[in-house]
Amino acid sequence: MTEAVGRYLAMGGYAAFVWPAYGVALAVLGGLAWQSWRRYRASSNMLKQLQQEFRARR
Amino acid sequence: MINRLANPARFMRFSATALPWCGWSAAGVIVVGLYFALVVAPPDYQQGETVRIMYIHVPAAWMALSIYLFMAVASAVALVWRHPLAEIAAAAAAPIGAAFTFVCLATGSLWGRAMWGAWWVWDARLTSVLVLLFLYIGYIALVNAFDEPGRGARAGSVLALIGVVNLPIVKFSVDWWNTLHQPASVVRLGGPRIDVAMLIPLLVMAIGFSLMFVALTMLRMRTALNDRRALAMRLNRVPEPVFPAERERLAPAPPAMRRGA
Repeated sequence: MTEAVGRYLAMGGYAAFVWPAYGVALAVLGGLAWQSWRRYRASSNMLKQLQQEFRARR
Repeated sequence: MINRLANPARFMRFSATALPWCGWSAAGVIVVGLYFALVVAPPDYQQGETVRIMYIHVPAAWMALSIYLFMAVASAVALVWRHPLAEIAAAAAAPIGAAFTFVCLATGSLWGRAMWGAWWVWDARLTSVLVLLFLYIGYIALVNAFDEPGRGARAGSVLALIGVVNLPIVKFSVDWWNTLHQPASVVRLGGPRIDVAMLIPLLVMAIGFSLMFVALTMLRMRTALNDRRALAMRLNRVPEPVFPAERERLAPAPPAMRRGA
């Protein structure tokens, strides 16, 4: 079992190329998605706060 | 469809519903694609297990090209019809395109090191894709270089349209010049020349990436619209309208009211 997993992870001797390729993709695309979501949350909260202030002023 | 969504308020309503669907289905399809790519697909008879890099590399390359095309079309619409949502869409798509282009180059470099013995060669395909990355970065820098959002977007639209000449160069570079990069084997005249067992993961990943692009573009557009509305509120002290020009058209304010007096 462990041997099969080890052989799979070795990727026929190309582990040093295959896994970093998937790692880069995950890091870049995941990072972009995370950053986009954070920015969206921040902008929504800012807008909500401004609208509350506006209502409070009236 | 496009016309109906062209109104920012309507876009906000539509995307509030569509965004979670797109986002979660993107995640689901990508997970299925990864399973096909890493488990189901067989190793290549020449390239062995390194062929698994293709399932990231090739869909990322397709995205890099099609997102640029999307950006250019949106820029043309923005320049010709002065449509505010079009330039917001183009600006929202640019970082996503840049990310896919970077992923394409990085995974290609790893694959190249394994198969060609070189991280990088200055051949036509690789160089033209590097130029594509610089076009994306240049566009992003230009759009953000102005304090006033509208002016940066207009300059960026012109750059995006000029950069379109690079797209056919990327696509046909492998036919026009002798390159180390292999020629097209999926999108070619005469149909795909690739085994179904490899075509399926490729297409599933491409669908997943496309859904991810749609979801992230909507998310970033919503962010930009929120920001613009917040800016308008700060400048004009009004609760709702998004674009000053739009408010003027709907209810022209008397001169004394213009500064929120």
